[in-house]
Amino acid sequence: MNNLLEIQGLSKTYGSVTALNDVSLSIEPGHIIGLLGPNGSGKTTLIKIICGLLQANSGTVLVDGNPAGTADSRAAISYLPDQTYLDGNMTIKAIVEMFKYFYEDFEEDRAMEMISSLNLNPNAKLKTLSKGNQEKVQLMLVMSRRAKLYILDEPIAGVDPAARDYILRTIISNYEPTASMIIATHLISEVEPVLDEAIFLQNGSIKLFKPIDDIRAEEGMSVDELFREVYRC
Amino acid sequence: MPWNLNSDSPIFVQIIEHLKIDIVSGKYKPGDKLPSVRDLAAEAGVNPNTMQKALSDLESTGLVHSERTSGRYITEDDNMIKNLRKSLVDVQIEKFFKSMEKLGFTGEEILELVKQYAEK
Repeated sequence: MNNLLEIQGLSKTYGSVTALNDVSLSIEPGHIIGLLGPNGSGKTTLIKIICGLLQANSGTVLVDGNPAGTADSRAAISYLPDQTYLDGNMTIKAIVEMFKYFYEDFEEDRAMEMISSLNLNPNAKLKTLSKGNQEKVQLMLVMSRRAKLYILDEPIAGVDPAARDYILRTIISNYEPTASMIIATHLISEVEPVLDEAIFLQNGSIKLFKPIDDIRAEEGMSVDELFREVYRC
Repeated sequence: MPWNLNSDSPIFVQIIEHLKIDIVSGKYKPGDKLPSVRDLAAEAGVNPNTMQKALSDLESTGLVHSERTSGRYITEDDNMIKNLRKSLVDVQIEKFFKSMEKLGFTGEEILELVKQYAEK
């Protein structure tokens, strides 16, 4: 089977600072993978290169067989950035229309169903919603695409525990075995049960890439606890 | 509400334990159809592959069996469920005795204390 994501010898520097150092990894379809690492370990740089938003200094990135940055590779990725890029003056309905126009694989029905299950008014402007509801709307948009690779950068930061449960449930129930998902987060213990594998990044290199239950069986501790031990300050 | 999972053992092992208790307690009755992997995973708040792995393990013990197209069902073998209940009871009693022994009680003292408690 072809890998959804194939990265070989990827390096990226910002001036004299090395952000990524010879990163290689491959991801098959049907997995939910945690991209974990302390601040400045290279998570967002890696994500932006996969999405074609940054150029690497060396190395190759193939998304569903297409080089990162090409139209085909971009179309295969549904990306939730860690910051909002939507116009707060737009209504939910208008944003849904925009996504439908932009993305061939966007399923409007699925989006509208999630909006009604959240009891959100489609005619409300985005900026009038609470922070948690704004995050839910953005996740709902990203999950309503039938993409091959979903990349979520900090999807549950800054929302209450009930909203986290909702977001994690949305991720699980929209999951397709033909797609894979990368979730970058600091909130490991909340996300851990949803993952099947974890990647630890440290100073721009991969320190560990393993199934969650292997880590728990071998180390006798959760991924969250292992993270705290590996990155103890 | 996601299932309560602890941090020190593999998640699929804990899912198996949880489903066994659901079977013994009668939440799922003999012959009942189980929800789909995706629905169970969403209910538990766990990765669908991990849920799949737990269900395959339960299948290999015979507690659960799958019909090719229609899904997974709880066994109708009452003896098997009785044995499962017995094994879960043994686990609880062993745990209880271990913690009581840590507090310095002997087997006979523990029995006497249990009796007193039950009569209260």
